[in-house]
Amino acid sequence: MGIAEIVRERLNGKIISWQMSNPRRYYLTVKKEDIVTVARVLFEDLSLRFCIASGVDTPEGIEILYHFTDDKSGIIFSVRTIIEDKNQPDIDSLVTVFSAAEWIEREMWEMLGINFRGHPNLKRLLLAEDWPEGEYPLRKKK
Amino acid sequence: MSHKVVVPIGPYHPLQEEPEFFQLYVEGEKVVDIDIIIGYNHRGIEKIAEAKHYDQVAYLVERICGICSSSHPYAYVLAVEDLLGGELAVVPERALYIRTIIDELQRIHSHLLWLGLAGHFIGYNTVWMWAWKYREPVLDCFEIISGNRNNYAMFKIGGVRRDIRDEDIPVLNKAMDEIEPALKMFRGAIMDDPVIQMRLKGIGVLTKKQAIDWCVVGPTARASGVNIDIRRDEPYGALALGTISWNVILEQEGDIFAKTVLRILEMEECVGIIRQCLKKLPKGEIDFNVKDIPPGEGIGRVEAPRGECFHYIRSDGTSRPVRHKIRAPSFMNVASNKVACIGGTISDAAITLAAVDPCYCCTERLAVIERPSGKRIMNGWDLIKLSQEKTQRIKEKIGHA
Repeated sequence: MGIAEIVRERLNGKIISWQMSNPRRYYLTVKKEDIVTVARVLFEDLSLRFCIASGVDTPEGIEILYHFTDDKSGIIFSVRTIIEDKNQPDIDSLVTVFSAAEWIEREMWEMLGINFRGHPNLKRLLLAEDWPEGEYPLRKKK
Repeated sequence: MSHKVVVPIGPYHPLQEEPEFFQLYVEGEKVVDIDIIIGYNHRGIEKIAEAKHYDQVAYLVERICGICSSSHPYAYVLAVEDLLGGELAVVPERALYIRTIIDELQRIHSHLLWLGLAGHFIGYNTVWMWAWKYREPVLDCFEIISGNRNNYAMFKIGGVRRDIRDEDIPVLNKAMDEIEPALKMFRGAIMDDPVIQMRLKGIGVLTKKQAIDWCVVGPTARASGVNIDIRRDEPYGALALGTISWNVILEQEGDIFAKTVLRILEMEECVGIIRQCLKKLPKGEIDFNVKDIPPGEGIGRVEAPRGECFHYIRSDGTSRPVRHKIRAPSFMNVASNKVACIGGTISDAAITLAAVDPCYCCTERLAVIERPSGKRIMNGWDLIKLSQEKTQRIKEKIGHA
């Protein structure tokens, strides 16, 4: 059984949509409430490596893609979750699962204004200290 | 009762010549905590990329870093090609080989640069001078192929911009012949040197568990026994064709000595890969002119000298990307300094912080200055003279002449 089938089986019931764009790229959507459970399964149980997360401002809401990779097969699983409330977007922090999430969550917080619940040190990473509060550079204008 | 003192390194690093700020919290000589403050060099490239069309973005991302300046455009074109059906489907075979030659040449020059700096950091300036001396012929190879020593502008979606001429192949082979004994010399000079061993062994250790927790990449991960290399795990360029034989170098100790040895051994592998590519370079096209980018998502990653370089592209079918996420390897590696540094002494901190090989830009050796009388080319000595004259003027101004 390939890693893709294992991931699909282990996340049974959590996956809203599953798409293979090519044999090395899988995109799956999960609910934002499930993100910590999903990350735990992928990182701890299946030993996938967390590459990075990318936040995207879309008309449907703020989308976060968590990219996990299996280094044995070179497959990337991009876990997509959508935060519909754009005014006060929030989601659970993944720092409890792996420390590598610390910097990228700080970056998404300042660039897109997503609040990561449970992040130990949510402060600015890249933007200057005098950058105005409440201005998020990667948000799209209406 | 312990007394904590803050030792600031930065915001302009005195040795790495790069804006980053480490606040070391020390008790006596021992580092007990560290605060890493970055962002002084933030240029908003992800945002700028949304306003450029696909061909322009390749030039833009080349400017992210002056050292691994071909890794970002390579990862970017791979991301777009992923969206188009994969690198092998849209890039001619000759271009694949040229891409790999550039990628590996860059690894040699980047590792030599780091090796020189590491030697400089621990006060072994002979290593610094040697490493940079042998780095020069590698930069000359780039100049022969692309016309530039840095920022080669070789990558484009669907191929490469410049070909390697047949008459240049013996020159490149000769350069590899010259670099090989130099690498052997480094191997002996560093791996067998008892002083370097005493200075670097057991210092700045990142354990395998910590390396996995912080998701570090590249030599930083491989020195801690985490067996990852994108060139093997998701092969690209000529390496995807299966015609090139090479090995992934792995060390277990996770200290700075392991990182140094790993980079030296890795350079020898690079020379082997370049030799095979030059030998097997097929004839043919170097570019399939790609015209339209369909809507969709693509991820491209390459093994940059510092580790996995990750680019994510989202297209809506227009000529510009909707979202372009860039993750340089140092983003993961520098964060891990937090654990590698704590518990060591202040004197070890400088080399520990540098052991992950954070990016910084290198200087030009030739400058052209516009004068009313026309263009004038300045060589190295002219620039030194200019600098001396300026120092003299400043001295006179403040009355120290």
